[in-house]
Amino acid sequence: MTGSSGTKAALTWAVNVSVILLVLLWLFPTVGLFVSSFRTADQITASGWWASLTSSQQIVQLRAGGRDAATEKDGIFIVEGNLLTDGADAPGPVEITAFGVSSRAVDAYKIGDTAEFGKGKTFTLKADGTYRYTSADRPRRRGQRVFVTAVLPPEFTSENYGTILFSGSGQDNMAKAFFNTLTVTIPATIIPILIAAFAAYALAWMEFPGRALLIAAVVGLLVVPLQLALIPLLQLHNNIGVGKGYLGVWLAHTGFGLPLAIYLLRNYMVGLPRDIIENARVDGATDFQIFTKIILPLSFPALASFAIFQFLWTWNDLLVAKVFLIDSTGQTTVMTNQIVELLGTRGGNWEILATAAFISIAVPLAVFFILQRYLVRGLLAGSVKGG
Amino acid sequence: MNPALQGLITILVGVGGCIGYFYFSNQILDKVIFPAKGENIGRNINRANQVRPWLFLFPAIFALGLYLGYPVFETLRLSLTDRAQDGAFVGLSNYQQMMSEPKFWEAIRNNMLWLIVVPAASTAFGLLTAQLTDRLFWGNIAKSLIFMPMAISFVGASVIFKLIYDARPAESAQIGVLNAVWMGFDGGSASVFVLQLLPTVILLGFIALVAYAAYSITRPLFSGRGGVAVFATILRGIAVIGAVWLIWRALNSLPAIWTTEIKYGEPQQWLTLPFWNNFFLMVVLIWIQTGFAMVILSAALRGIPEETVEAAVIDGANPFQIFFKIKVPQIMGTILVVWTTITITVLKVFDIVFAMTNGQWETQVLANYMYDKLFRAGDWGVGSASAMVIMLLVTPILVWNIHNARKEMRS
Repeated sequence: MTGSSGTKAALTWAVNVSVILLVLLWLFPTVGLFVSSFRTADQITASGWWASLTSSQQIVQLRAGGRDAATEKDGIFIVEGNLLTDGADAPGPVEITAFGVSSRAVDAYKIGDTAEFGKGKTFTLKADGTYRYTSADRPRRRGQRVFVTAVLPPEFTSENYGTILFSGSGQDNMAKAFFNTLTVTIPATIIPILIAAFAAYALAWMEFPGRALLIAAVVGLLVVPLQLALIPLLQLHNNIGVGKGYLGVWLAHTGFGLPLAIYLLRNYMVGLPRDIIENARVDGATDFQIFTKIILPLSFPALASFAIFQFLWTWNDLLVAKVFLIDSTGQTTVMTNQIVELLGTRGGNWEILATAAFISIAVPLAVFFILQRYLVRGLLAGSVKGG
Repeated sequence: MNPALQGLITILVGVGGCIGYFYFSNQILDKVIFPAKGENIGRNINRANQVRPWLFLFPAIFALGLYLGYPVFETLRLSLTDRAQDGAFVGLSNYQQMMSEPKFWEAIRNNMLWLIVVPAASTAFGLLTAQLTDRLFWGNIAKSLIFMPMAISFVGASVIFKLIYDARPAESAQIGVLNAVWMGFDGGSASVFVLQLLPTVILLGFIALVAYAAYSITRPLFSGRGGVAVFATILRGIAVIGAVWLIWRALNSLPAIWTTEIKYGEPQQWLTLPFWNNFFLMVVLIWIQTGFAMVILSAALRGIPEETVEAAVIDGANPFQIFFKIKVPQIMGTILVVWTTITITVLKVFDIVFAMTNGQWETQVLANYMYDKLFRAGDWGVGSASAMVIMLLVTPILVWNIHNARKEMRS
């Protein structure tokens, strides 16, 4: 018995460890982008983002006080002060482990030791940063150069977000694209829901010839690639005067979202209790009343899950926006398109790219985490039933 | 007009229009055309109820027909005409021209690779995580974190993975994880283990798996039971030919693992390595789709009757046997649904390739090839022809889905 419970414990342990590894593996890419968006361009090129999470040992070049700070005593010039806190570039009170006075030996001396160099010069550095520099000659105007090996804490900045959201430069500024994306998304999410809800009700609860055929058609249209629709619809939009613009992209998203909407909503409505609907019919309610007063409120979970799908899909879409919305002026660019353009022009500027990308994925991520319950329910209704 | 205002008006017009349409069309039907009074009251009510479903359905049918039905036929027509000759009918010459382009065959080859690797890997990872998280007390948190990439756009994911694949000159610090790890290999025994022995084992395992799958597919054909459906037999035949081809390719590439000279200490531009870069692009989609597979398979695993598992435990089955012999066969239907759903996504994949390589360095896929033809070259004929190829590849799944839906409705 002990043997079997032993293997069981080992198995549980192994499962826990492998799940932790899998989760870390899946999170790692996103975390990398998130962390990078809070680093400056110099920091990003100097080290991998994973190095920025822990304190890192770095060589910092600092200067002691110059001629003005020196005092003369018995023919020796003395400069005293604190390397870590004096001056604008001082790193503040950090842990230091070694120092040097030449760029060829940056960590030659231990903290507390006295370096002797040049013509009768000495330099003593203590752990709190206080130093004492002595020289037989009159010090130069700029002070002695000192290399300090310091353990610097992680450092982050929100400057990149300022650049992306509020800077005036057109190419990097995502604020306009953000609002454009929002403008595309909201009508494109709301309009198909209503159309689909009525159709789903008819397909679920009304008897008429050809119903099975229509349901089969919806299932078939679910998988028709929207690539086929690009040129014919663009032609159509140009012919009827819609052209490229918001109206065109709303219509296109509505059309492309309808099959999934009808399918999800019908699957859900079919499962609603028959009694309620039949009682209402007996009491003399019309189909329109049944639909608006009973079916619609009861179907809220399915409506919510489709709304989330459609929101994520329209927010994240690139192809439909490129074909139906963005014209040559570029005034109506959406975030995904602007990021692709940034990838071309700012390929190496990760502080710009990471921040821009993170701004575009922040909203869907928030929606995802808040409304995950409905999303999962919708996925299950949409897929498992098909099997 | 300000787009935000235009959006608001559109929402109001759209929503108001919908509600108004449904309300008034019902009113007109009941009060004007077939009034529920007078001498024909019974007949009128019946007639109204016959017409009403079509009132409810009309906007949806109209939109579906216009935005998905009509384009299929219009694209077919466009693929047979030439825009430069004022839309003259040119027969199959667009298809001929497309077939003669090496880029098209490159796209087909890559699409096949994508179709094999991405659904298989996503489903496998999804099944693995679904099973592992099943009994964990923090399983829901783990699942939600693995599911998270689902909310990230393909473009956002492309940026994320471009950072991972980033390469810097050898003397400076690597900021891409993959190159940072790569620079850690020095040709020692650990490198041989990870870069040569491990791939060999994985490849051999893959061959064994494909061979086993092919064996299980063919077994019913030779079992001698009569009444095998012709359609199913053809499908099985195609699957077996595909499997043999896969095994052949895998066996061929085995020696290459040991003979290829590995460039230690040189940062690699991962996205420009021909053939392998396809896999670096596929990783992005696998990363996104695994969560989807996991959520659905996890629900299917929960739905397995407890008794079957308990019976297996009493019979002394070990956890692996329980998983592969008891659980997996019971959720095979769901696995198939997940697989086909991801297959559809793969066929339509455009953003990832467009944003990361734009089809350079032999990474072209059909959807991006089509976009190239339609909107860069302006060649509607060949573009539509390649769209029809995508449609053709989707058709078997379309037929299968409809078949299943009808079967489910009849039961």
